[in-house]
Amino acid sequence: MSNKLNYSMSLAKPDAQNLSMIQKIAVFLGIAGLFIMILALLNVDFPNKAIFLTLSLGLIIIGTVIFSRDAYLKKTEGIKNDGVWFKSISSKGILAWATGIILTGFYIVLYFYAELLGQGSNGEANTGVISLFDPLSQLLSGRPASQWFVYGTLYTVAILAFGYKFMLKYRHNRYEQLRTASVMFFQLGFAFLIPEFMARLNESPQYNLPYYDLKSMWPLNYYLFDSWSINGFLSSGNLGLLMLLFGVISIFVISPILTYKYGKRWYCSWVCGCGALAETAGDSFRQLSSKKLSAWKLERWLIHTVLVFSVIMTIAIIYSYLGSDPNKYWLTRPVFLISIGVFLTLVFALIMIFKRNELGKDARYGAIGFFVVITALFAMHFTGTTDEIFLIKSSNLRSAYGLYIGSIFSGVIGTGFYPIFGNRVWCRFGCPMAAVLGMQQRLFSKFRITTNGGQCISCGNCSTYCEMGIDVRAYAQKGENIVRSSCVGCGICSAVCPRGVLKLENDSMKGRINPNEILLGNDVDLMDLVNQK
Amino acid sequence: MEHIVIIGNGISGVTTARHIRKLSDKKITIISAETEHFFSRTALMYVYMGHMKFEHTKPYEDWFWKKNRIDLKFGFVSSIETKSKTIYFENNDSIQYDKLVIATGSKSNKFGWPGQDLKGVQGLYHKQDLDNLEVYAPNNKVCKRAVIAGGGLIGIELAEMLNTRNIPVTFLVRESSFWNGVLPKGESEMINRHIKNHHIDLRLSTNLKEIISDENGKVKSVIIEETGEEIPCDFVGLTAGVSPNIDFLKNSDIETNRGVLVNRYLETNIKDVFAIGDCAEQREAIGNRRLIEAVWYTGRMMGETLAQTICGNKLEYKPGHWFNSAKFFDIEYQTYGWVFSKPKEGHQHFHWKHNDDTKCITIEFDSETNVFLGINTFGIRMRHEVFDKWLTEKRTVDYVMQHLVEANFDPEFYKHFEKEILSTYKSQLQTV
Repeated sequence: MSNKLNYSMSLAKPDAQNLSMIQKIAVFLGIAGLFIMILALLNVDFPNKAIFLTLSLGLIIIGTVIFSRDAYLKKTEGIKNDGVWFKSISSKGILAWATGIILTGFYIVLYFYAELLGQGSNGEANTGVISLFDPLSQLLSGRPASQWFVYGTLYTVAILAFGYKFMLKYRHNRYEQLRTASVMFFQLGFAFLIPEFMARLNESPQYNLPYYDLKSMWPLNYYLFDSWSINGFLSSGNLGLLMLLFGVISIFVISPILTYKYGKRWYCSWVCGCGALAETAGDSFRQLSSKKLSAWKLERWLIHTVLVFSVIMTIAIIYSYLGSDPNKYWLTRPVFLISIGVFLTLVFALIMIFKRNELGKDARYGAIGFFVVITALFAMHFTGTTDEIFLIKSSNLRSAYGLYIGSIFSGVIGTGFYPIFGNRVWCRFGCPMAAVLGMQQRLFSKFRITTNGGQCISCGNCSTYCEMGIDVRAYAQKGENIVRSSCVGCGICSAVCPRGVLKLENDSMKGRINPNEILLGNDVDLMDLVNQK
Repeated sequence: MEHIVIIGNGISGVTTARHIRKLSDKKITIISAETEHFFSRTALMYVYMGHMKFEHTKPYEDWFWKKNRIDLKFGFVSSIETKSKTIYFENNDSIQYDKLVIATGSKSNKFGWPGQDLKGVQGLYHKQDLDNLEVYAPNNKVCKRAVIAGGGLIGIELAEMLNTRNIPVTFLVRESSFWNGVLPKGESEMINRHIKNHHIDLRLSTNLKEIISDENGKVKSVIIEETGEEIPCDFVGLTAGVSPNIDFLKNSDIETNRGVLVNRYLETNIKDVFAIGDCAEQREAIGNRRLIEAVWYTGRMMGETLAQTICGNKLEYKPGHWFNSAKFFDIEYQTYGWVFSKPKEGHQHFHWKHNDDTKCITIEFDSETNVFLGINTFGIRMRHEVFDKWLTEKRTVDYVMQHLVEANFDPEFYKHFEKEILSTYKSQLQTV
């Protein structure tokens, strides 16, 4: 560590000099593992790919494990944030920018130039780095690898290796350990292995299941209702129907119940794959999220716009999938549109009637605005003003969403920019799923972060380490519980608090939000006088 | 429009300003010679440790002050003329006030040690102390060893700070055990061991005799009183407490002792002049409290109270049940009510310590009535609200022991110790 804030972009003094000998060896091992992949990328044809792939992934994992053990196990249990703002990688120094650029480049290649990775097209065999992964893919699903298999494997390896690191870092904190074990489990099982096994099922002609991350829900999983996806489910017998049903029940039943009981954290920081990467590999960047009020404003507009976009896109997709002939299938276009309209109006009306006072001014205007626009589009359709449901062809809407939101926002910006904007950029500004869960968390949930009376010393550790950019301190120093739609319940604010002020918990809805002008510990009469107003 | 001038932009002064703004439209000016904007003093350590940047210690964004019409003036007050209600600055500038709030906080104690003003010798209180620390102890090459004199909260924080930069630390503590004027024996000794576990060279019952200079007027070594041992070092932290920062009032009519003397309304002897926070000294003690309380929370509470008085709702300063908190390296400490290092007459202690030597509690209670008087808790978080309520309701120690789980504030899934504590309690001193 240079012990100076990294203002300079100088190349002269990277941080490596502060690593211990063991850590240097660990870094070397990890880079050696990556180097094998780079060689493969440059079309070095390894003789026995299975061995070299194992070696490559093994070295990366072993390097991370050795590094973590040396970094954390030699110290007493406790908060390990020493030097975070002195290290180039975690304080937007030269290493951070370099990593950001490499990651962004990787995502651009992955999404738009997969042939550079060696993706074989038109039935040709894979080459390059993708071919290196062929043995593993063959083993799991019996198919050759694809760019998405390479990505999924690396993604899972990152979560497992850095998850281990995170668990050592917080080895005094069981909440963090359990949460991390949970995301590691869901990533490895639900997001990685099960879909590969489903692909094996598809070898049989009775099955045509879409590649489907079981824990991934609409609207995060925006392609759930795409025609190929629906067709896949419907042509896969009872299992397919069951899975489609599960997808729909997840959205309308399971998720609302769990969010009511535990807050959106049950998904965002315990199950979700995006969250899993953010919490493990992205942990070193959580302090980079902006806590400015202006960032919060941007967040609210952006995330809800994406939500509206994804809702409109999905409605349009399903609309074009359905026929208009009532004899063919009970769910016709008009029935579908009307029921969606009734549902949205109901949700909107309920919030406006019962929770109006809990919404900020701009939230009210925003909600009314969005509602009016959607209603107008519906009306135009039914009055025959336009043929297209939302003025644009649904397929265009779908591909625009897939490109701008699905690929560029969540991948390139969301993950590529980890080292610059923090590890939850996508979750905070873009994820429509987070927006839905967040709305419920803010209005109908037992979850809150409780503030411990008057104990806050306004130090700012909680706000600094909030990956979602919530100014936790602003609430804690008012003795006010934190009830924010964006909170993913990672629990780090509570962990880093040096005075034991914050506790994540599920309790009754009553008195969940309790702003206090005067905190506990002062004159009782004065507290009554000021706080009861 | 009435002009309220507050000298000092710490938690006391800023709380006063914020509440006055909530209650009124008065003109408010905050003066500081330390930093342009309010920051959390207790967080300075985290800046040196690299957990935060200085900007993170500011609880309000910089636009906050203008938006709330709180004027900030950067300048050093040299004197106050209370007859003409004028404040004079070092650069001969001056401003007028209608009401004046003195909230200038503390400065580090220096007890006349030879060499105490050398370069590389300092306390840890002001932002400037943090800046100097970066000059004299930026790493273990510039600073091969640091010596800390004074075993209190700031001393142990400074030890933790230097430790994060791998600077070897010798920690001189006058008492026979760390902070044992405040902490009961079991707790104090547990912290001794915890300090040593962090490879700090802890020297108990050891006094600083003298600080030796090199040829450039910078510290070279210190001499130990008891043994005469000379310890070479490049930095000396003087952390033997703080005292009110009120030298600028020497020639004014405002009555002072160690601090600015105030009554229960936080009024000084001069009309329209008030003093709050670390620099205020109560004329008569409030309960078991000290006359001068250099604590974040009391500064804030005085600010909350004084704002009412200034805005026409004259209120006595009536702090509720005592509470405080700190962190000793990895061990968090909270206290509610009064636990003394030795039980007061007619009182008794119950002490429980976990085998891992990082968690313990001590409860003080009345031997005769069994009324619960206070708790110190280490390594287990407890709820302020619950203990505040139990203290008000004068619950017995038995009740507290039976219901301890209600007070637990540890994160979810943490191991609970209430059963173990209760069984220890039953075997030690069951009273019912």
